[in-house]
Amino acid sequence: MNETDAAAGESGGPHAAASDQLLARVIREESARIVAALTRWLGSLDLAEEAVAEAIEEAVRQWRTRGVPPNPGGWLTQAARHNALDRLRREKRYREKLALLTDPAEPAPLTGTGEPDERLPLLFGCCHPAVPPDAQLALTLRAICGLTTAQIARATLTPESTVAQRIVRAKRKIGAAGIPLRIPEGSERAERLDIVLTVISVMYSEAHLVAGGDAAADRDLADDAVWLARVVAHELPREADAQGLLALLLFHRAREGARAVDGELVLLADQDRARWDRRLIAEAQAVLEKAAMLRRPGRWQLHAAIAACHSDTRDGSDTDWLQVLTLYDMLLAYDRSPIVRLNRTVALAEVDGPQAALDEVDALRHTLTGYHLWHAVRARMLWHLGRRDEAMAEDLRALELTANDAERRLLEARVDR
Amino acid sequence: MKYVIMFTTTPELDAEISPEHADQVYRRTYDWFGSHSEVMTESGAQLQPVVTATTVSYGGDSPVVADGPFSEAKEVIGGFQVIDVPDLDAAIAVVTTWPLLELPGVAVEIRPIVVY
Repeated sequence: MNETDAAAGESGGPHAAASDQLLARVIREESARIVAALTRWLGSLDLAEEAVAEAIEEAVRQWRTRGVPPNPGGWLTQAARHNALDRLRREKRYREKLALLTDPAEPAPLTGTGEPDERLPLLFGCCHPAVPPDAQLALTLRAICGLTTAQIARATLTPESTVAQRIVRAKRKIGAAGIPLRIPEGSERAERLDIVLTVISVMYSEAHLVAGGDAAADRDLADDAVWLARVVAHELPREADAQGLLALLLFHRAREGARAVDGELVLLADQDRARWDRRLIAEAQAVLEKAAMLRRPGRWQLHAAIAACHSDTRDGSDTDWLQVLTLYDMLLAYDRSPIVRLNRTVALAEVDGPQAALDEVDALRHTLTGYHLWHAVRARMLWHLGRRDEAMAEDLRALELTANDAERRLLEARVDR
Repeated sequence: MKYVIMFTTTPELDAEISPEHADQVYRRTYDWFGSHSEVMTESGAQLQPVVTATTVSYGGDSPVVADGPFSEAKEVIGGFQVIDVPDLDAAIAVVTTWPLLELPGVAVEIRPIVVY
């Protein structure tokens, strides 16, 4: 379901119970702005974020049964302010801070001040290269998207204590090391933006890759990732790759209904195109065209362009593989990661045949040998070369390595053939 | 904010650089201090080579004195400097222009100083 459908389906009054989806949508609209405003007021991200996180936990508990109040942003701001002041009064080390606050009785400045969106500087702070990557994701999910620690733990299948620890460490690092909350300018911008876009992309794939991941989580990270990609693309309209990532995620989202049918994975070639969301594909194409007009090619635009090629097909057989391969070759100039090279071999097999592709797959053996999809792709090449026993062995190895239940069943089906 | 920046090198790799190249890069470090003089505090030092290091470490009843650096890492600290800049991004901006960073095995660690 996409965001507007979700909104249309959830028009419950203030006393109606709120669905997980409605809660997610309301809370993520408010979370980052309140964290940013409170951080400015308190002079401490650590304290502000903690106070907002507590308020969100209270909100999730209350709103789930009693419904969302008329002004959820105001509710959360008040609760977070209350939590922060409470902490300041209780803890000795904060006493001096309390005295320095500009009129603690006055409400913290609310949103809608006409200031540029404060969420982006906060996002760049969370995704600073001096913050460890796993903590970048956890902190972004909590401070920007407003997930609770428990929700992050469930959605990423990480122990709650680990998530909590990562968030604490990330915030302490930001505070102690003097990481500024600002949108980098000039030559720094491109590199730093790429980290932000990578975190959003990981957020999207986490939704699919979690081990045993067909349990219904109460927060759909893919939905949060598309939402955040939209925020970034909207706030940085001149950044072509921010548009590129949004287009990519929209293409993926559009195919979601065909990719997973009744909890079973369906390979791209076999997907029923009628299940693709044409409206999302059209939006993705429009966003990608807008990116192209900025004339600043980049890796996310190329990823999106490859996704666009697949979206143009009526069925798996009319894919323009030469075009896909050409785009992968261009992508290699920006992104030489082994995963990109592995994905490229699938197009290479269609253009130059399975032997050429197998050679390239084998060249990646050292870096990807523990990765289940390397074995699955190798199995496919061997199968096409008629080396069926070896193909079977690779599929079994892939099966051993995958932790995701749906992927496991897909591979089991191949082994049984 | 004040940060200590620690300049490290990897002696193994230093040996592979031609003396002319090393000379030319080291000369530019003087200009680097000059062009960033506004952020440099008076604290800082260039250290004698690591062969001159002596380490005193915990030894149960009494500390043990031994030859060599405290860490067995391949990298050694060649010097440090305290800089005063607004935030970590400003510190990174200064550090990324350190001329020695064009040599393999060179790294600079940035650490904020505790303020009491």
